[in-house]
Amino acid sequence: MAVMRYREALNAALREELQRDESVMLMGEDIGVFNGAFKVTAGLMEEFGEKRVRDTPISENTIVGMGVGAAMTGLRPVVELMTINFSLLAMDQIVNHAASIRYMFGGQVKVPLVVRMPQGAGHQLGPTHSHSWEALFLHVPGLLVAVPTTAADAKGLLKSAIRDDNPVIFIEHEYLYGQRGEVPDDEDFTVRFGEAAIRREGSDVTIVGISRMALTAARAAETLSEKHGIEAEVIDPRTLRPLDLDTILASVRKTNRCVIVEEGWPHGGVGANLAALISEQAFDDLDAPIQRVTGADVPMPYSKPLEQLAFPHEPQVIDAVLATTKSRY
Amino acid sequence: MADPAEARTPSASLPDPDVARDWLATMTLIRRFEERAGEMYAKAKVGGFLHLAIGEEATIVGSTRALRDQDYLISTYRSHGHTLARGSDPNHVMAELFGRVDGLCKGRGGSMHMFDLDKRFMGGYGIVGGNLPLAAGFALASDYNGLDEATLCQFGDGASNQGTFGETMNLAALWSLPVVFMITNNQFGMGTALERHSAMTDLLRKGEGFGVPGMRCDGMDVQDTYDVTTEALRVAREERKPVLVEALTYRFRGHSMADPEEYRTKEQVDEWRKRDPLAVFGDQLVDAAIMSAEERETLDRETIERIDAAVAFADASPHPAPNELYDDIYVLGEQVRGWYSVDERTSTPHRGEDERGMDENLPGHTEYERAMGHPDAPTPTDDAQRSDD
Repeated sequence: MAVMRYREALNAALREELQRDESVMLMGEDIGVFNGAFKVTAGLMEEFGEKRVRDTPISENTIVGMGVGAAMTGLRPVVELMTINFSLLAMDQIVNHAASIRYMFGGQVKVPLVVRMPQGAGHQLGPTHSHSWEALFLHVPGLLVAVPTTAADAKGLLKSAIRDDNPVIFIEHEYLYGQRGEVPDDEDFTVRFGEAAIRREGSDVTIVGISRMALTAARAAETLSEKHGIEAEVIDPRTLRPLDLDTILASVRKTNRCVIVEEGWPHGGVGANLAALISEQAFDDLDAPIQRVTGADVPMPYSKPLEQLAFPHEPQVIDAVLATTKSRY
Repeated sequence: MADPAEARTPSASLPDPDVARDWLATMTLIRRFEERAGEMYAKAKVGGFLHLAIGEEATIVGSTRALRDQDYLISTYRSHGHTLARGSDPNHVMAELFGRVDGLCKGRGGSMHMFDLDKRFMGGYGIVGGNLPLAAGFALASDYNGLDEATLCQFGDGASNQGTFGETMNLAALWSLPVVFMITNNQFGMGTALERHSAMTDLLRKGEGFGVPGMRCDGMDVQDTYDVTTEALRVAREERKPVLVEALTYRFRGHSMADPEEYRTKEQVDEWRKRDPLAVFGDQLVDAAIMSAEERETLDRETIERIDAAVAFADASPHPAPNELYDDIYVLGEQVRGWYSVDERTSTPHRGEDERGMDENLPGHTEYERAMGHPDAPTPTDDAQRSDD
C-alpha cells in the first residue's frame, strides 16, 4: 500500500495502462506540455512522447469524436475534457455516436473509449465550470459511468475503464484531486465496475453518497453515531452504469431507511432515479419515505457563501437522516 | 447555383474496358436499387426517412473506386449507394431498409445508418457533420499503427457549415492524417440552396484557412471523380496531407421521400437530368464500343432482377424478435455482466445478448404485435400510425 493523492492515483493508472498496452493513447487540451489543467497527466508526455500523449486544440466535440473513430478502428483512446461543463460541447459525439454506434450497427463494432472529466463545486468557478452532471450521462444507454471517490477507486476504476470494451464516462472531482488515500501497489489492481463499496456498516439507515458526497455522507455518519446514536450504513456505488443495485437493496432491507446524497441538481437526478428503483423493489421494506439531499436547483453561483449554500454539506445529510428516523408511518 | 451547361464535357479518356463495365454496373446497381427502395417506401415496406442518391451515382462510384480494400469509407444518411459500391450484398442492404434481422445492422439502423465492417464501410450517420471527427479518428488509428490505410469521408454541402467541419479540418491538418474529405455538393442543404446557406460557395476553398488544400471534380463524371479522388488519396497517403475534394453534383429526387421540392424548379431539375451520369456514361461506353447497346440493356435487366431478388430476400427475412431489443448495447464480459434498467420492474439486470425468454406480457408487447401486423392485434390508433414525415 502506498499513500497517494487522488490525482496521483489517476496518473499512476494512466502510466501503467500506457506501459501495458500500446493501443492506449491520451488526447486532451493541455494534457501534455502543460501537464493537465489539474496535473492528472503530469509527466506522461515526457515519458511516452507526443504520439501517445497528445495536446489537442480546443475542439471538444471533435476530439471526443476522433476518440470514437480511433476506438472503432483499434485504439483505446482516453480523452480528457477540462471540466464536465465542457462535455456538453461534445454531447453529440458522446450520445449520438459513442453510445449508439454499437447498437445501431448491429454489434459490428465496439467503442473502447474513456472520456475523463472533473466535476464539482467549491472553487468559485461559477456557472460554467462547477456543475455535477453524472445524471446526464447515467441517462444514456450504451455508456458506462464511473464516479470514483477514493484514490484507490480512482486508480482501480480508471484501469478497468481503459481495459473495458465499452465507452466509459469517467467522472472525477475537483475537490478530490488533492485528497490522499491508500492505494494498492499491485499493477494488476483494478476495481470492477458494478460493485458498490460499503464505506461504513450500520443498521439504522442507509446513506448512498455519489462522488464526493460519499465522503460527506461518511462524515455525517460519524456525527450521527456520536451525537444521535444512529448507526448509518454508507454506500458508495462507485459506478452508476452498471449499478450495484443488489448491495443497495440489501442494505435498505436491513435498515428500512434510505437517504441519497448527490451534488447534482434534484430534478431527474441520480437520487430521483435511485429512489424510484428502491421504491419499486423494496417499498415494503421502507419505514419512511426516501430522502434526497441534492445540489440546489440553480446554476452554480460565484459568491463563496452562495456557492457553499448550493451544494450539500454534512448538516443537510444529518437533517435528512433524522427526518427518516423520526418519521413514524 | 452551378449551371449544368457550364460543366465540362465528359472526360475524353475512358478506363480499361473491364473497369468501365464495373463502373457502369455499379452505377446501374445504385440507380435501380434506389428506385426500388423508393417504391418500397411508397408501399410502406420501408419506414422512417428515405434519402435517395439518384443523380449522384458518378460521385459515389468514382470516389469509392479510388479506394483500396484496406481503406476506410464513411458516409452520411444518404449512403445506400456507398455501401453497395463498397461491395455490400444488396440483399442485406434492402433487408436493413425493411428493418429485418438479415439487414446489414440487424434492422437497428435503417436507411440512415448502414454499416459493413467487412467492406470497411464505416457507416452512414444521421447527424450532419457528425461523421467528420470519426473519419479523422480512423485516420489517426491508421497513422498511429503505421498502417498503409487512408480514409475517405463523404458529407454534403450542408455539413460544411457545421462546427465539426472546421474543427476536423484543423486537427487533420495539424496531425498530418491520411484522410480525404469529400463534399458531395448537390447544391442543397435539405431545401436550402447553396448560396443561401454558405457565404463561401466555392466549397473547395473552405478548408484552406485550416491548412487543407481543395480540389474539385465534376461529380457527374465518374472518370473525373475517380481521377481527382485518386490524386487526393495519393496526397493524403504519401504527403500526409488531408485534402478537401468538392464533387459538384445534383440529386434528381427530393431530399427525402417527404420533400415537395418547393425550393427548386422543374426546369432546373430537367436541365441537370440532361447530364444524368448513368445515361451519359452508358452512352460513352456504347459509343466507344466497350459494350453493345444490347449488352447495356442486358446489364440493366439483370440488375433489376438482382434487385427483385433483394426485395424477395428482405421480405422473407424475419423481423427482429422481442428478446433482441437489448442486444448489442454493451460488450458484456467480466466487467459488465449486465445493467439495471428502470423500465423493467425487476432487480434482475439486463444481459443483452445473453438475455433470452423475456416475458411476453411485458408492456409494449401489444404494440410489437401490432407493428408485426399480427391479425389479433388491436386496431391501430392514430398516434401509432406511421407518420409521413
